[in-house]
Amino acid sequence: MFRGLWSVTKKEFIHVRRDPITIFIGLMIPMVQLAILGYALDTDIKHIRTAVYDLDHRAASTELIDKFEATQYYDVVEYVNSDDALRQAIVDGRAHVGIKIPPDYSERIGRGEDARVLVLVDGSDSQMAFRAQSTAVSLGLQLSIRRVNSTHLSSPPIDIRPRTLFNPNMRSANFMVPGLLGVIMQLVTVMLTALAIVREKENGTLEQLLVTPVGRLGLMIGKLVPYAVIGILETALVLFVMWAIFAVPINGSLLLLWALIPIFLFAGLGLGLLISTFARNQPQAFQLSFLVILPSVLLSGFFFPREAMPRIIYPVTTIIPVTYFLEILRGIILRGAGWPELWRQSLILLGMGVAILAVAAARFQKRLG
Amino acid sequence: MNTAITCDNLTKRFGSITAVSDVSFSVERGAIFGFLGPNGSGKSTVIRILCGLLAPTSGEAYLDGIDVVAHPDDVKPRIGYMSQQFSLYRDLTVEENLDFYGSIYGLDRERLADRKDAVMSIVAITDRRNQRAGTLSGGWKQRLALACALIHEPGIIFLDEPTAGIDPVARRYLWDLLFELSLRGVTLFVTTHYMDEAERCTDVGYIYLSKLIALGKPSDLKLLPDVNPKDTYRLEIVPDDPTRALHAARDIPGVRSSTFFGESIHLLVDRAVTAADLERALTGHGIEVVRINEMGPTLEDVFVTLTEKQEARGV
Repeated sequence: MFRGLWSVTKKEFIHVRRDPITIFIGLMIPMVQLAILGYALDTDIKHIRTAVYDLDHRAASTELIDKFEATQYYDVVEYVNSDDALRQAIVDGRAHVGIKIPPDYSERIGRGEDARVLVLVDGSDSQMAFRAQSTAVSLGLQLSIRRVNSTHLSSPPIDIRPRTLFNPNMRSANFMVPGLLGVIMQLVTVMLTALAIVREKENGTLEQLLVTPVGRLGLMIGKLVPYAVIGILETALVLFVMWAIFAVPINGSLLLLWALIPIFLFAGLGLGLLISTFARNQPQAFQLSFLVILPSVLLSGFFFPREAMPRIIYPVTTIIPVTYFLEILRGIILRGAGWPELWRQSLILLGMGVAILAVAAARFQKRLG
Repeated sequence: MNTAITCDNLTKRFGSITAVSDVSFSVERGAIFGFLGPNGSGKSTVIRILCGLLAPTSGEAYLDGIDVVAHPDDVKPRIGYMSQQFSLYRDLTVEENLDFYGSIYGLDRERLADRKDAVMSIVAITDRRNQRAGTLSGGWKQRLALACALIHEPGIIFLDEPTAGIDPVARRYLWDLLFELSLRGVTLFVTTHYMDEAERCTDVGYIYLSKLIALGKPSDLKLLPDVNPKDTYRLEIVPDDPTRALHAARDIPGVRSSTFFGESIHLLVDRAVTAADLERALTGHGIEVVRINEMGPTLEDVFVTLTEKQEARGV
């Protein structure tokens, strides 16, 4: 049954070492993803380019502009001299926000009357627009309250002070990188496993092997072991980069994390094996892998919260293994959650992994016979 | 026990398609059995059944007296298989491929080293032991494939079109190797499309539309009554213009069939018509006959005749 396991494993490691595609998928893609999603795709929108049309030009208006800049959300990049120029700056993409301060701003402030400031927001990026708008409104409120306070009351009647737990500075790296760990692990195990097995089919080496006394399980496990090892090394690497470069602290138990990682590995290897039983060649294996990987990136809660998904889509998110692994990863790394909080996700994931691997193994064995 | 391979009423159906129909034959130890037939006739299916890759729908197959279907694991260590397509690991070196297959067969370190030296010297590939298999040319790839098939010293080797697509020198070299192996008592089961290769085999079988329609030694097959109809003989004619000669010959009374054979044409002629009669008739058509002589049937004649007969029977 297990005959040839060691021989197949050893041979597989030679392939891994020599195949540029394997090295590319195994090393390059994860690192590029880390760089892109960890750094470039920063969802903390700050330093929005802002154009200012200041008709007032006095101390009060200058102070207002300073207040805008002090929030760090707005960077004044240019001053314009007409309504058209303000609009054009946004159309051209030189600025995403335009602030127009009326000529009587200082007078009205001085007289205690209401002063109107126009904030134009570029709606072509909804997240940025939302941020620019809400910050402008709250800045306005804050300044108003302060003015009212100074004249009448000592403190505002209702003071809401939000505090974000677990990721106090709301850094997107803290949110993204642990999620990325799950996505990368899935990508590497699913794709490499599927490709490695399909390659044997494509090259006729699988048939050649079946004429030998190699054991069916020996062959299957021998093919999976190297990719399990790569998956684990990859995880260690991403965890290290997360800690060392992105400075994301691991709040929970590293031991529990490492105990749960192999559970997810089952699912990844199983999916790869399953794909290999359907695909006839490597391009097909690639496409099928993407078919599996894409929904698990989009629907697992990696990018978008599952709670915000349409009712029809939501059930789909519950059958994706990555969904549960992300909950485990974010739970342990960000919230410091432990076994009592995560046992449910762990058991579901284990069940899924075992089921996928069992179906895949059965199909694989059947196709060999 | 002197039979290496036995098939008894082997039948394989894939759904409604019958790939192999009631095929029976046996191959003596040390024989070179040539298995011929057009593509899709069931050759590969028979090999796959014999190698334990496929289970037959009915019938039995024995290698060295062991039931292939019931005990595939006992059979596997006894056979070597060289497939039509190069199916070794291209990114592994010659030696790594041999190491891998040797270890799959459970050879220990010492024996593996001995066997590796032995098979590399048999196929003369020792100098290229560190070359990646993918960079070998066609003929060398076949040598390596044969070496891998030999690593565990199997008594029976299956070769599925081993010479397809390799150059004539490599082809001859491979056949020399096969003869050498056969002299050492290794049984070879070879499929091929080349008639000259079939002529080199000690025994041949011809499968057509899933049925085995010819089986025996080439010399015996050529004596079959079907191949040598009563009151006919065969002539080989070298004319100045084979194309015109072929058409002309077909119109001459007493000529039963005619076919090209390189620069010459082969005719099946009634005894009543002599070689001199034919030469005269061809000259009458303005064709110069360079040479004319009587000949026996070739294996190709055998297979063509039997195929036509099979078709006439209404398949």
